[in-house]
Amino acid sequence: MTDHTPNEIMTIAAARLLTNEDVCFVGIGAPSAACNLARLTHAPKITLIYESGTLSTRPSVLPLSIGDGELCDTALTTVSVPEMFRYWLQGGRITIGFLGGAQIDRFANLNTTVVGPYDAPKVRLPGGGGAPEIAINCGQIFIIMAMGQRAFMEKLPFITSLGHGTGKGSREALGVKTRGPTQLITDLCIFEPDAETSELTVTSIHPGVTREQIQANCGWPVKFASTVKETRAPDTTELTVLRDLHARTKAAHAA
Amino acid sequence: MAEFMSLSAAIAGAVRDGDTVAMEGFTHLIPYAAGHEVIRQGKKDLTLIRMTPDILYDQIVGMGLARKLVFSWAGNPGVGSLHRVREEIEAGRLAIEEHSHAAMANAFEAGAANLPFAVFRGYKGVDLPKVNPNIRSVTCPYTGEVLATVPAVRPDVSIIHALKADREGNVMLEGIVGVQKEAVLAAKRSVVTVEEIVEDFGPRNANAVILPSWTVGAIAKVPGGAHPSYAQGYYKRDNAFYIAWDKIARDKETFLKWMDENVMNKGPESFEAHARRFAVAAE
Repeated sequence: MTDHTPNEIMTIAAARLLTNEDVCFVGIGAPSAACNLARLTHAPKITLIYESGTLSTRPSVLPLSIGDGELCDTALTTVSVPEMFRYWLQGGRITIGFLGGAQIDRFANLNTTVVGPYDAPKVRLPGGGGAPEIAINCGQIFIIMAMGQRAFMEKLPFITSLGHGTGKGSREALGVKTRGPTQLITDLCIFEPDAETSELTVTSIHPGVTREQIQANCGWPVKFASTVKETRAPDTTELTVLRDLHARTKAAHAA
Repeated sequence: MAEFMSLSAAIAGAVRDGDTVAMEGFTHLIPYAAGHEVIRQGKKDLTLIRMTPDILYDQIVGMGLARKLVFSWAGNPGVGSLHRVREEIEAGRLAIEEHSHAAMANAFEAGAANLPFAVFRGYKGVDLPKVNPNIRSVTCPYTGEVLATVPAVRPDVSIIHALKADREGNVMLEGIVGVQKEAVLAAKRSVVTVEEIVEDFGPRNANAVILPSWTVGAIAKVPGGAHPSYAQGYYKRDNAFYIAWDKIARDKETFLKWMDENVMNKGPESFEAHARRFAVAAE
């Protein structure tokens, strides 16, 4: 099946990376779609946690906000927000943090705070929310973001959450013991940090996408791995389940 | 000791110009009716604290009543920007003190625990500590690990919306409980609006969040008082309104007209009808 949108293959490629064993701290938007798609297809036992305090939640529609009642109604239990950040996130109970961002650099540092100077912002973004501590306290981080020149930046105006800092060894130097970003799933391809340098490197290209297209949507000179795979095209089940999920969600939020 | 009164009397008695005010609620149980009463009474020069400022703080800031915002994520969740807040920050008219969620959650807890600061593992390799001088660090005396610190949150007044109060003035909330317990216990004064007042809570989960009457200031019954946020078991979140707000708040004139019609010339009684449209069906 090839009649998928770039956004659909991004969500599907991200969902495939998740397994039944994962305990996943889920951001709102694209991460939430990918995590729930995984749960509704190949990983029914995945543990999804939202920062509003809901543990092991199983929403039938995607939440518009991080604290929709749907999340609490379908959760195993719901804890207070201080407990969520102290016992569960800082306590090291989360294997994968799933983040989106407004801007990213080649070492997978993220900006969701501000464009332009902090004190005189050109665009004021919402801020970090849970991301600064998700980025350092989860076992590893998956990032999901559509590519574009304004999003994939040579230099970020502000670092909201830590990726691989200025390269290999940065996290360790800061005393951070977790792995950090290990997968960046975009609408065009998948990047993984290079084993030697930690620079984001293309390891899989989505069907029909060219290397030129990837470079044209990235603000730094893109590195490609020595062997680059082609991302498997979405199958009928993946597309049907994702589209049904979005349709249910849209109907529920318009009510 | 909890005292039952009208919402207008509660806000008039508890909130003063220049106060530091926390109106908490993590998506659930956001105290909209009480916030609107603050706006109607024109309380000004407020320092507003909240982890997740949403439409309510967009409204207070847009009406020119705040001088500073202390926050960790300011947006309309799943929709986009808070246009009034964003415009004021970009124009340099609203001071900010920005944190992460973990920092603020810890800071509320430290406030409730009567500690001067909170300590946690965070803020590594990021820029926020460069622009917020309140983010500091301490070296663990046992392990030598350097940990982040932030000052405790100690509001002059905290305002929350809860599900029920009983006749004694004890307050109960369930569902996504956010940092409301910590916010009330950390504050000098508090105002609680509730969906209903009952004789007795009756059978309940022994771990429900209960604020005993002697920890609470004023209580006012305002059914629907969290709309367009929600109250677990009473009514659902009005997601369509959150989506519609984007257009209302984008333009200052449209915003002011909406505020005039829906806040300045309305009272807390209007909330009940809004919430009824999203009522959770009786089972």
